Amino acid sequence: MWKDLFAKKKKYAPLPSEQARHEVPEGVMTKCPQCKKIMYTKELIKNLRVCLSCGYHHPMPARERIASLLDDGSFCEYDADMISVNPLGFPGYIEKLEEDRRKSGLNEAVVTGEGALDGHPLVIAVMDSSFRMGSMGSVVGEKIARAVERAREQQRPFLIFTASGGARMQEGVLSLMQMAKTSAALKRFSNDGGLFISVMTHPTTGGVSASFASLGDYNFAEPGALIGFAGRRVIEQTVREELPDDFQTAEFLLKHGQLDAVIHRHELKETLAVVLDIHQKGGEEGWWRN
Amino acid sequence: MVAELEFEKPLVELRRKIQELKEFMKTADVDLSAEIEKLEARLAKLENEIYANLTPWDRVQIARHPQRPTTLDYIERLFTNFLECHGDRCFGDDEAIVGGIAKYDGLPVTVIGHQRGKDTKENLRRNFGMPHPEGYRKALRLMKQAEKFSRPIICFIDTKGAYPGKAAEERGQSEAIARNLFEMAGLTVPVVCIVIGEGGSGGALALGVGNHIHMLENSTYSVISPEGAAAILWKDASLAQRAAETMKITAHDLKALGVIDEIIPEVKGGAHRDVDEQAKRIDCVLRRSLKQLLALDGEELVRQRYEKFKQMGQVSFLPETIRAR
Repeated sequence: MWKDLFAKKKKYAPLPSEQARHEVPEGVMTKCPQCKKIMYTKELIKNLRVCLSCGYHHPMPARERIASLLDDGSFCEYDADMISVNPLGFPGYIEKLEEDRRKSGLNEAVVTGEGALDGHPLVIAVMDSSFRMGSMGSVVGEKIARAVERAREQQRPFLIFTASGGARMQEGVLSLMQMAKTSAALKRFSNDGGLFISVMTHPTTGGVSASFASLGDYNFAEPGALIGFAGRRVIEQTVREELPDDFQTAEFLLKHGQLDAVIHRHELKETLAVVLDIHQKGGEEGWWRN
Repeated sequence: MVAELEFEKPLVELRRKIQELKEFMKTADVDLSAEIEKLEARLAKLENEIYANLTPWDRVQIARHPQRPTTLDYIERLFTNFLECHGDRCFGDDEAIVGGIAKYDGLPVTVIGHQRGKDTKENLRRNFGMPHPEGYRKALRLMKQAEKFSRPIICFIDTKGAYPGKAAEERGQSEAIARNLFEMAGLTVPVVCIVIGEGGSGGALALGVGNHIHMLENSTYSVISPEGAAAILWKDASLAQRAAETMKITAHDLKALGVIDEIIPEVKGGAHRDVDEQAKRIDCVLRRSLKQLLALDGEELVRQRYEKFKQMGQVSFLPETIRAR
């Protein structure tokens, strides 16, 4: 309409919503939460989600992680159809699960399966923090325990990438018991001589850090990953003392003797291949004859 | 004098009335015995009603009662020749966990448990029963020793949780707990765990990977405290009462969830009302447990423990048609 053209223009520009200001809409661009630089998501993904400007390690979806490490076409998933129930009858839990299933494209917070890394067969479990913060309920515990069992049966190394806020509250004490279940499976595996490599990624806290994540024959972590038992806020409230800036980071843990190494994502595959190679039974054939 | 809890107020009121009448009868020369008898009958009835219908929150209060018997109270009553062994051989001695060797009716055993203090001074020393990594490492050292000498292990669980502090994180609280879960799973001797007060999360579980797990009737065992759950779920710690119900943390809840073996009945009003009697009730269950477990060899014990934890949890499977991928 004519009139509309002459209508008084609004004097203010629309402000982007709170959320939009913090993160550019999922898709084309991604903003680094550390250096605040905006970059093409495509390029970021190509760089294994390591910030092109500051090196910040963005969370990596489980399937991307698997694709980035395992030999093409070698991955075969276990228990893909296992889903959570609501054992405590917790209000709203089923709806939240469904929502996360839709949003993340995952059925639960961990993907398990077998494959090969640089030709080395292994069993792998990758947690994904986009599903219920990677929290561990019955399904996560069961899938991991089953994966460890399979590794034991097939005499393959077991590799895990952890990313979790801890035990899943909505399944109460059953979540807590998954800590014991997974640890027991690892003990059995270890007694049989199985090799277990744990790579802690951001964040690895609470019940997950206090069970399988810390039990690797080798405990590695990605740079800057938050790793710890109790939450920072809880500690601040209890001890009422200033905590250092690097408190509970991978670097902090390394300094305090809790990790074997902190490894940049770009060097991860190579390092894992070396570890797997060193654990090949008997070493390279016939070296002692030379 | 036993401190009374909130839900016991009607009882306190009635007891006070009876006392008043009794005193009045002494001073004034009136016979009120019929009246008193009636009130006493009512008191007995009310007691039964209240104690038979405890809410989860009531039980939380009993589990946290300042006079609730602790690990050392039970050790004193159930075992002889207890020798406390200190230190983790790495860093220090954490008094939030006690442990040592003893005899149980002639049978050599290792006993370990969380230890709260009875007063402020002792609580400071024992850090309110909230262990640091060295506490768990001491416990593990004693368990390994028990295994070496083929002694059954009895663990008493009673903690709000592992201590959330800077030093605890620096020394590897996570690793210490994880290591205990891992190593306990492989012990070739019987392990009996009894939750006697609060079973607070990973800090409790780190002494809890047993062949048999029992709980006192009014004890609790949970992934997080009701206050913590309320704060996280509804951003309001004052909803703890509701959280105590939702989170299913009582002995009866855990029995229904298949996490524990037996519920050990408590004396009316809670263990603190008669520690000797309570110790006897624990004795019955412990004796039965050990008898059963001592019949198994090391390999069978490890397998039984493994199977026990393997079945914990509930999962389901998607029908073929609606798989995500």
